[in-house]
Amino acid sequence: MADSKAKSGILLDIRNLRIEATVFPPGEAPKNIVLVHDVSLTLEKGKVLGLIGESGAGKSTIGLSSMGYGRGGVRITGGEVILNGRDILKGGKEGFRKLRGREVCYVAQSAAAAFNPAHRLMDQVVEATLLHGTATRAEAEKRAVALFKKLSLPNPETIGERFPHQVSGGQLQRVMTAMALCSEPDLIVFDEPTTALDVTTQIDVLAAIKDAIRDTHVAALYITHDLAVVAQVSDEIMVLRHGRLVEWGGTRQIIKEPRQEYTNALVSVHEIEHQEQKPGTTPFLSVKNVTAAYGRSHIKVLKNVSVDIYPGQTLAVVGESGSGKSTLARAITGLLPPEEGTVTFDGRPLANKLADRPKEDLRQLQMIYQMADVAMNPRQTVGTIIGRPLEFYFGIRGRERDRRVADLLDKIEMGKGFIDRYPAELSGGQKQRVCIARSLAAKPKLIICDEVTSALDPLVAHGILELLLELQKEESVAYLFITHDLATVKSIADSIAVMYRGEVVRYGAKSKVLTPPFDAYTDLLLSSVPEMEIGWLEKAIKGRRMASAGN
Amino acid sequence: MLDIKRIPIPALIGIVLTALFVLAAIFAPWIAPHGNGEIVGDVWEPMSATHWLGTDNLGRDLLSRMIYGARITLFIAVLATALSFSLGAILGFSAAVFGGWFDTLLSRLVDLLMSIPTLIMALVVLSVLPTNLVTLILVMGVLDSTRVYRLSRAVAVDINVMDYVEAAKLRGENEAWIIFREILPNALSPLVSELGLRFIYAVLFLSTLSFLGLGVQPPDADWGGMVKENKDGIVFGIAAALIPAAAIAALAISVNLVADWVLNRTTSLKGGRG
Amino acid sequence: MSSPIVKLVAQRVALGIVLLLAVSVLIFAGTQILPGDVAQAILGQSATPESLANLREQLGLNQPAYVRYFQWLGGVLTGDLGTAMSSGQDIATSIKGRLWNTLFLAFWAAIVAVPLAIILGLIAVRYRNGWVDKLISGLALASTSFPEFFIGYVLVYFFAVKWQIFPGISTVYDGMPFGERMQAIALPATALTLVVLAHMMRMTRAAILNVMQSAYVETAELKGLSAFNVIRKHAFPNAIAPIINVVMLNLAYLIVGVVVVEVIFVYPGMGQYLVDHVTKRDVPVVQAVGLIFAAVYISLNIIADIAAIIANPRLRHPK
Repeated sequence: MADSKAKSGILLDIRNLRIEATVFPPGEAPKNIVLVHDVSLTLEKGKVLGLIGESGAGKSTIGLSSMGYGRGGVRITGGEVILNGRDILKGGKEGFRKLRGREVCYVAQSAAAAFNPAHRLMDQVVEATLLHGTATRAEAEKRAVALFKKLSLPNPETIGERFPHQVSGGQLQRVMTAMALCSEPDLIVFDEPTTALDVTTQIDVLAAIKDAIRDTHVAALYITHDLAVVAQVSDEIMVLRHGRLVEWGGTRQIIKEPRQEYTNALVSVHEIEHQEQKPGTTPFLSVKNVTAAYGRSHIKVLKNVSVDIYPGQTLAVVGESGSGKSTLARAITGLLPPEEGTVTFDGRPLANKLADRPKEDLRQLQMIYQMADVAMNPRQTVGTIIGRPLEFYFGIRGRERDRRVADLLDKIEMGKGFIDRYPAELSGGQKQRVCIARSLAAKPKLIICDEVTSALDPLVAHGILELLLELQKEESVAYLFITHDLATVKSIADSIAVMYRGEVVRYGAKSKVLTPPFDAYTDLLLSSVPEMEIGWLEKAIKGRRMASAGN
Repeated sequence: MLDIKRIPIPALIGIVLTALFVLAAIFAPWIAPHGNGEIVGDVWEPMSATHWLGTDNLGRDLLSRMIYGARITLFIAVLATALSFSLGAILGFSAAVFGGWFDTLLSRLVDLLMSIPTLIMALVVLSVLPTNLVTLILVMGVLDSTRVYRLSRAVAVDINVMDYVEAAKLRGENEAWIIFREILPNALSPLVSELGLRFIYAVLFLSTLSFLGLGVQPPDADWGGMVKENKDGIVFGIAAALIPAAAIAALAISVNLVADWVLNRTTSLKGGRG
Repeated sequence: MSSPIVKLVAQRVALGIVLLLAVSVLIFAGTQILPGDVAQAILGQSATPESLANLREQLGLNQPAYVRYFQWLGGVLTGDLGTAMSSGQDIATSIKGRLWNTLFLAFWAAIVAVPLAIILGLIAVRYRNGWVDKLISGLALASTSFPEFFIGYVLVYFFAVKWQIFPGISTVYDGMPFGERMQAIALPATALTLVVLAHMMRMTRAAILNVMQSAYVETAELKGLSAFNVIRKHAFPNAIAPIINVVMLNLAYLIVGVVVVEVIFVYPGMGQYLVDHVTKRDVPVVQAVGLIFAAVYISLNIIADIAAIIANPRLRHPK
């Protein structure tokens, strides 16, 4: 496709880029691995190219190569990076320094870490401009204030006086965008700029970035793992996997008519068919008017929360960080005894404190964590991890235990060959599956799933969700599914509780909760979830009734 | 299990040297050419075929004294390390798991002890206590256990908040399972390398005390004491005092090399096999 | 200066004072309540009961421990450190000159060691994983394994005996000309420098590396700043606090090293005075000198903490 374009309009032309790194596996000789295999791309002036892929796809590495930069021992070993008509790889260190911060600027995922805590924001924003001598300090600051305004930052005249820790995450991300735009570069590399933000904040930052790109006519490489996000800002999308090009095309083509199977899987990742079950007559677990706080503080993390869970069904608890959704799980499990209210289980009240609960109650409530890495003892084998609940609750030992572990491994679609593996030897998805098997081993009535898919790549997460639904059918186990991701909720919930600042603001069957009329917060939350549709962003911004919390 | 070829050369040197010192200490009476207190020649004879390292300030064979000195040095250092380690690790783990007033009380006490340099505190205490091996080991062990306490408490506190420990608590496991099955296996590698460092510290500390005349008392002598015995020769150009001093350095370096390797090996695995 | 800093610093200083009081209790308890009777220790096993009783009376040992503690503490706070048992001299008077000598020695060791350690630490970071770095970390490993007297006597053996450049015994006296005094302390100061240098260098290297690996240094590199400017403008301001911390901790370590080094070079300072009187079991002197060492050590630690508080932009510019 590059050939069809007018040569003169091309800003960046990467040809057969090959990037390698040396890894040092413990106990073995260091070896070279190839991170990027002969990838080529072209970018016209003023256009936005989205680079998308899972972790390890090489997207950030490619993005940084446009500045001649490699993180931690990463080397460009082949190909050409032609920027503004010259191969920057031939320019040497001096050449890189001249283009960084002048022709190409970078916006990092975590602006909070990327700003120097010791300097005021304004000094950092204008630093590159002054360094390259493209403007005087007064001009640069004027430009910065104008950019702050454009990016709808509060108090644009004075925000530059502040230090990074005095500004919220969403705002910092926009200041970083202003910093990149300030030296009027030809190209900006956005490296997952909204991934670390809450969903209602993400939409504002995304809109601000999009407007800024449009108005300044800067070209951009927009790197993300979220196809719905990149669809809002990009003219073209390039799909990468394991350092190789999968598919490259116009945004509409990629999301509407993907040609490759992998792209198709990414596009349809959120579509899981799940028939909503009607709530039964009696819930087996009821949370009634629970109020809780950490320590002796007077700030209540949970305020008068009531929800019910029915046998074999899924209650999804949705909210942003700080909404109290994980605290609800801790209150139910007894890790954080509620100050007021009760949790009833099978018609009788559960003891408030973990220590006061009989073994049988503990068995009935199991938990799966967000970070499977740290949820398993690294010094125990998969066999011990899954087998321990069998021993502990049912007294099953020896060969019988191994047989049951093998059955459970089958259930989670891993063979019994994994029985002697250590967690460090498993992939992210496999780790989460083992955690699921561990909780199933107890034959519980309820499994609390705390953000179990949010640390995983979309396709892997998709597999985990399907597995959970499958297991629910077989074992008729109920889930309390805690998440910030509404797409996940739509896929698996029977009923939904929306939480905001410690309170349940909306609660009921899924179909009811997701049908208008909405309360203000649910409306904001629902409208903030990126949809895989061109023009969604503008529509969503226009239709909003409430400003996001992170603003 | 362990492939010798995969051990890096510095660690190998460390292992060999440490082993040599230990063997010399264990088999001292059989290896040493002369008795510990036996006067065999003139004062400060130079190195020769009969006396490989020469003789000391009283005309005793320096090599034999060195071998016996290894015995005393290692004996006291090992016992002091064992004491500081068991005391520090047990209290540290308990403080982390039980928490509450027990943790607060112990931690404040340790803060207090650590706010005085160990050597100064030892000197203060030794000024009133009888000078014998038991006192020496107790003082060294107790003072040094504060460092082991800090480390093991910190390690255990870190592990105690991991999700897998929470999962075990939710399962209903008791404290013993949590300490021995969940925390201990994961705390082992930092503790093992700390063991090496504590041992080095014990050797250096003992040598310093003996050098100052407050450690092992004559006629017995550890290496530090031998430096003290022979230090007056230095101004006459007699290097006898440098030999035990160099032996201390060599022992400390070799244990350091081993500890360094153990630490690297175990941390790079991040759990899993090994 | 904004209020949270003042509050934190005040807290830290108050804590330090409490700690010092607790330490004084500990030092007092360590010498008075432990088994082993001071009077017995002074007079030896062959002492007659009468002489023991007399000495106890003389030392005030018949009063309860807490009364003696407060008498002692009251004395210390008013500058009266008591009299030495062995010589009958006033401790405060004997200490004055020695304290000055020790501080003089430690000062010159620090003047050399601190900048050298920071520069070498920076070099190690600049040529990370190169041979310079490896050499430096190898030397650091070695020197943490060397006993102070090994370093000291090697210096004496070569510089004083073989080459006769500096004196092996550091005699100083009142009114000694500065130049001669410097020559006298050349070897002990070098030994002290070597004792703390490697450790300080290694910690400086770690502190700087920690800063160099942060995301804002990458941001600076991606703005096109030169390696030097990245370090000067972005790494250095954030590395100051950890480096001050490293320096203070090592200076605290230096005052321990001073004890052994003074004995090696027969230097008339606090350390030698302490060791002498421990051997003589002269408890009042040991208490007084121990307390002074502890006070210096604690103060250095407090300064390190305060430096870290002041250098933290989050505390300097609260929300």
